[in-house]
Amino acid sequence: MTVRERLRQNISAAFYRHGLLCASYPVPIVLFTSASILTCCYPLLKLPLPGTGPVVFTTGVRDYTIPYHEPQGEIGERPEWYRGPPVAYIQQVLVKAAVSPWDNTLVPVDVFRSPIGRVFSLLEEIRNHVYTDSSGVRSLESLCLQVTDLLPGLRRMQTILPEHGCLLVSPGNYWQNQRDLFDLDSDLLKTIHQHEPKGFHISTSLRDLLFGVMKEHTGVSLYSKKRVVTYTITIALSSYDPRFLGSLRARLKQLHPSLNCTLRDDHMVHVHFKEEIGIAELIPLVTTYIILFAYIYFSTRKIDMVKSKWGLALAAVVTVLSSLLMSVGLCTLFGLTPTLNGGEIFPYLVVVIGLENVLVLTKSVVSTPVDLEVKLRIAQGLSNESWSIMKNVATELGIILIGYFTLVPAIQEFCLFAVVGLVSDFFLQMFFFTTVLSIDIRRMERLWFLLADLNRQSPHTITLQAPAFRNLRLPKRLRVVYFLARTRLAQRIIMVGTVIWIGILVYTDPAGLRTYLAAQVSEQSPLGESGLPPHLGVAPVFPGGDPTSTLSVLPAPEPTIIPENHSNGHDSLGHITPVSPQISWGPEDEDGWKHLYLRQWPSLFSYYNITLAKRYISILPVIPVTLHLSPQEAIETRHPQDTRHQPPPIPRTPDQQNDLTLYKVAALGLAAGVLLVLLLFCLYRVLCPRNYGQNGVPHGRRRRGDLPCDEYGYSPPVSEISPLLLRGHSMDIECLASDGMLLASCCLAGQIRVWDAQTGDCLTIIPNNGLRRSSSSGGWEHRDGGADTGACLEGAECDGYPLRRRLTPSRPALFVDQPDLTPLIDTNFSELPPSQKPPKNGFDFGELVDRAYQEHEPSPSLAFTPSPTAPQPRRPSVGDQPVMSPDPCSPGPTDWDSSVWAMELRGNLIAAGRSSGKLELWDAVEGSLRCCNEDGVSGITALAFHNNRIVAARLNGSLDFFTVETNKPLGLLQYRGAPGRGSMPPSPCYRSEDVINCQLTRSVQCAHQKPITVLRAAAGRVVTGSQDHTVRVYRLEDSCCLFTLQGHSGGITSIYIDQTMVLASGGQDGAICLWDVLTGSRVSHVYGHRGDVTSLVCTTSCVISSGLDDLICIWDRSTGIKLYSIQQEVGCGASLGVISESLLVTGGQGCVSFWDLNFGDLLQTVYLGQNSEGQGVRQLLVLENAAIVCDFGSELSLVYVPSVLEKLD
Amino acid sequence: MEDTSMATKLSAPRGPYIAVITNRTTNVVIRGTMLFSVGVFLALVLNLLQVQRNVTLFPPDVLSSVFSSAWWVPPCCGSASALIGLLYPCIDHCLGEPHKLKREWSSVMRCVAVFVGINHASAKVDFANNVQLSLTLAALSIGLWWTFDRSRSGFGLGVGIALLATLVTQLLVYNGVFQYTSPDFLYIRSWLPCIFFAGVITIGNIGRQLALYECKVVQEKIHQD
Repeated sequence: MTVRERLRQNISAAFYRHGLLCASYPVPIVLFTSASILTCCYPLLKLPLPGTGPVVFTTGVRDYTIPYHEPQGEIGERPEWYRGPPVAYIQQVLVKAAVSPWDNTLVPVDVFRSPIGRVFSLLEEIRNHVYTDSSGVRSLESLCLQVTDLLPGLRRMQTILPEHGCLLVSPGNYWQNQRDLFDLDSDLLKTIHQHEPKGFHISTSLRDLLFGVMKEHTGVSLYSKKRVVTYTITIALSSYDPRFLGSLRARLKQLHPSLNCTLRDDHMVHVHFKEEIGIAELIPLVTTYIILFAYIYFSTRKIDMVKSKWGLALAAVVTVLSSLLMSVGLCTLFGLTPTLNGGEIFPYLVVVIGLENVLVLTKSVVSTPVDLEVKLRIAQGLSNESWSIMKNVATELGIILIGYFTLVPAIQEFCLFAVVGLVSDFFLQMFFFTTVLSIDIRRMERLWFLLADLNRQSPHTITLQAPAFRNLRLPKRLRVVYFLARTRLAQRIIMVGTVIWIGILVYTDPAGLRTYLAAQVSEQSPLGESGLPPHLGVAPVFPGGDPTSTLSVLPAPEPTIIPENHSNGHDSLGHITPVSPQISWGPEDEDGWKHLYLRQWPSLFSYYNITLAKRYISILPVIPVTLHLSPQEAIETRHPQDTRHQPPPIPRTPDQQNDLTLYKVAALGLAAGVLLVLLLFCLYRVLCPRNYGQNGVPHGRRRRGDLPCDEYGYSPPVSEISPLLLRGHSMDIECLASDGMLLASCCLAGQIRVWDAQTGDCLTIIPNNGLRRSSSSGGWEHRDGGADTGACLEGAECDGYPLRRRLTPSRPALFVDQPDLTPLIDTNFSELPPSQKPPKNGFDFGELVDRAYQEHEPSPSLAFTPSPTAPQPRRPSVGDQPVMSPDPCSPGPTDWDSSVWAMELRGNLIAAGRSSGKLELWDAVEGSLRCCNEDGVSGITALAFHNNRIVAARLNGSLDFFTVETNKPLGLLQYRGAPGRGSMPPSPCYRSEDVINCQLTRSVQCAHQKPITVLRAAAGRVVTGSQDHTVRVYRLEDSCCLFTLQGHSGGITSIYIDQTMVLASGGQDGAICLWDVLTGSRVSHVYGHRGDVTSLVCTTSCVISSGLDDLICIWDRSTGIKLYSIQQEVGCGASLGVISESLLVTGGQGCVSFWDLNFGDLLQTVYLGQNSEGQGVRQLLVLENAAIVCDFGSELSLVYVPSVLEKLD
Repeated sequence: MEDTSMATKLSAPRGPYIAVITNRTTNVVIRGTMLFSVGVFLALVLNLLQVQRNVTLFPPDVLSSVFSSAWWVPPCCGSASALIGLLYPCIDHCLGEPHKLKREWSSVMRCVAVFVGINHASAKVDFANNVQLSLTLAALSIGLWWTFDRSRSGFGLGVGIALLATLVTQLLVYNGVFQYTSPDFLYIRSWLPCIFFAGVITIGNIGRQLALYECKVVQEKIHQD
């Protein structure tokens, strides 16, 4: 045993034990696996969320210097991107303005008109601010970021956004920074709104850009409760000048003091933006994902024959995904931070790891015998595939390791992930997927038992009905339903519909969910936490949200005002009492930029064709400005049309409203979703009532043996039609012949019975008279008994040969139709003149046979059922030939001792070829011997009876042509049978009073070098196949050899020829050759089977072959391309028959199955008897009335296929 | 009786789709069209990948950058892929050694994904020098062939077409018909043959799979007649 084999065995055994373990404790193992997945994924929590969210880094303002390009010593503190100058410094002036005290003479517009109006003076102030010191005069113009043209696509914004100058934005931009335009504007809200994008938008709106705070916080609304307007003036600076900015800050603070403002101004925030994903990058990314999904789809589609396809497909995908997550998690745990773009390499990782192993595993497990225990099935399936799985994993690891040595950092990192991913995938396959599979199989098993029980309670009915030929004759309605069911159209539509629905939901965003989520995300994203902690110790701490700490700017209104407010307020019902707005500065104002969409800055800069991708900006501390405006001022700045806007009757607090809407919409959405799902479910039930034959159909046959169902998982109902059993033979049937009307069978005991093929009545019995012979010869009592077998096994003087094969029923018979042993035996016997052998001096062939068995035992295709067709063990009877009657041609007792090896039936004549070389003609009806020919001495292995000619092939390779002659000319013979039907020519009917003479017309000695194995005659040709690898074609009339066909590299095992001169031959080499009989040329040559081709049938369009590998292959006749193959149960694929062009019948273990040839569908399985185990159908004849005769142990079985008749007519 | 059964079979409705797909010429045309579109699509997408390497893009430019290279490049790639995809099954047929490796769509998809991945790697990964790039890509391409093809004919055809295509491209460039956007000339020359080779293998795989489908349908049709 080589190391490789030992390794293989060890692996197989380990997998077997592992399979047992997994199937025994499914739940603990699944729990354990889930726990380990979670543990391995835990480090992922530390990683920032994938996406393009910006990263922040905070430094102090005081000792700020522009970072160097080259990394400095203290790397630990600084992030990698913090190098070089930023794209811009952002200075924001945060303005909070309110009209106070508020009185009821003011209209809602007053809330924001005059505060916004103040922006112009502020802008003026900022623009004109000049700082002078020793180094010169500095103004904003010299420091700010100069921008050029807007992008060509943004002409619309040209009037609003600055061009060719400082990048300075404020709400004043709506009115081109001109106070006059502002004063003339009758409807401020409309102006602001007209630039809002309609419908769906993902990027920042102009309003957010100009106001610099979130829409909800601006207070620019008619229904604002707080009546405080907030906006910012944003200045982008190209260089940082602390002195200028300090003076600006001081100036603004001096002009508009925010007394209690406690905003920290000692740190600046650097925001780094990751690479943007533009459409250009998105297209390849989307492509890879589409390919990935196609791959997953095509892979999981192959999962078959399990309880829940979807569940297993999901488990497979989960296996791969979580193995990837585990790989990333583990890598992170051990200090490797992923630098690659996860989204980009993810599809490739999935493809590299692949779903193949999982599928192989599933296939292997479901193809184990169903009647085994689940545990054993899992274990067996695992161990079957263990070697290939291990090889796969090793190969992939090897390839990836090679990739690791490319020394390209990115590829190395990819390989590292892939290696860890592969290993964890293997782990998950072994533990997670296998266990899930075992659970699934167990569920399926339970179902079968249930159904089987149900099935047992109800009486069986004959169900040979429409489904059997659903492809041929079906009402249109049914066909549509089948089509729907087959293509799973309804489910697919439902799935697509659901996806579209969800897509639309997300797209239209009815509840403003996205905004809400964005706000949530921006608040909870790591930006907030990671930015602040280092400075919290330094800065004064504010307990967030504590109302006492919000410091009111305005001194509390005088108590005299309050009652006045009350008295004024109650005139409108439900009106909230107007209170004077209070301007408060809280910690929430500090990081105003955080509340903005993350894309605010990139989009602002991208308008000017400046990218922030992979760069950073520095945000300087905001300058707070508080404005208090008097009501008089508000009224003065009022536009004449402003008073039209009356407050709505029931103003509602926006916050509450938002909340309520959100909940309401969520509840409604949920309800709608549930309703829709229910509706679709009902629709689905209505549309697809069929269960695809997986669950709903009782699987009686599952318990008997697993026959494959068709590719849709549809298994047709098992027909409980009871075949007609023809009983009478005492031993296994050896020969079977039929001419359509009559049926002749010969059993091992030598008894020939003739049956009526229509009714199944036994017409004639031609007995072997074995007992009579045994009494006369005195040594044959044991022939039908079973007593003295012990001597047979050891003694040389033993003649209990017939028993030998009965003693060893479990041994596979090797002799079916192929005389492997004949050379061995024949060489000993063919020369011996039989008449000179003493009766008891038989040869012990036991040794030879045993040796042959031993030679053949290791061959992989042992799977044959005990086959009684093997004539070899009976061969010694040749040695007994001296006992036979000295007058062989007398119609009296003939040699009963030699067995019948070949039999043919034509007209009412049975031609029987015996092992002694004698050819006998019996009258089928009367049971009398009509004629006998004893010209040859070598056993007749095959017979062909064609018109009035009989061809006999002998064991020594010679071929004898006989002519059957009557005293009448042939033309006067009566013909029987309907002409033209089927392939059989009309055969003459020999009447009993005719004297029949059988003459040897020609004997071709040495037709073959080795024994002839197959003999077929049709269309005036006789074709023989032999062990010597050749096929010969003879003309029937003059016995002239036309061709010797060479092409096989093994003995010929099967030949097919029909009236249309199609010749096909199959050999022991597994090859099938198609020949042109007219020219003798080879048309095609295909290798289809591992092992012998056991049977071969042709239809007009295809060739059907079965082999020792239990495979039935269907080939195209013209091109020689394999159309498809049917994997059969072990040890049953030897017999084949074609009923019509599209109907194939195969014999199985105690059953025959009907297949649709066009589609490869299993149509029906008919069980021959109750005790079907172990009895295989070896011979199968298709009669012309579409009945099938097959042997079934010692019985014959006649199966009618009524629907076939129906179809044929 | 033969006639009647034949008649019933013929009268059985067969969809126009089947009728079309079983016509041999039509089938070749359909396959060619599919391969052509696959080729055009891959050319556009992969070109985009290459463009990204050198140019910083902004949204308004995207569509123009998709068509940034010469207009005739995608059709050329498409026709080449149609040719190759039809050639592969033909050669298999002629040599009489059918492609035995796993012939499933999932395998083909895997192949396409790996091909795109190779392109991705060549576009996105920074290599130290061109020799390293060439060697890595060559190893990846050979790996692709070994994993998904393993036929000698496939390898020969792949190498031949890759060399031919590289030659043609270089000739075009020298004659000034076509120019690379990248200033780095050597860079492109080093990846071109490997990418061509991997592309030929991929397209061949798709072509074989499509041909297999044709075989099935045609056989079925012959059956029915």
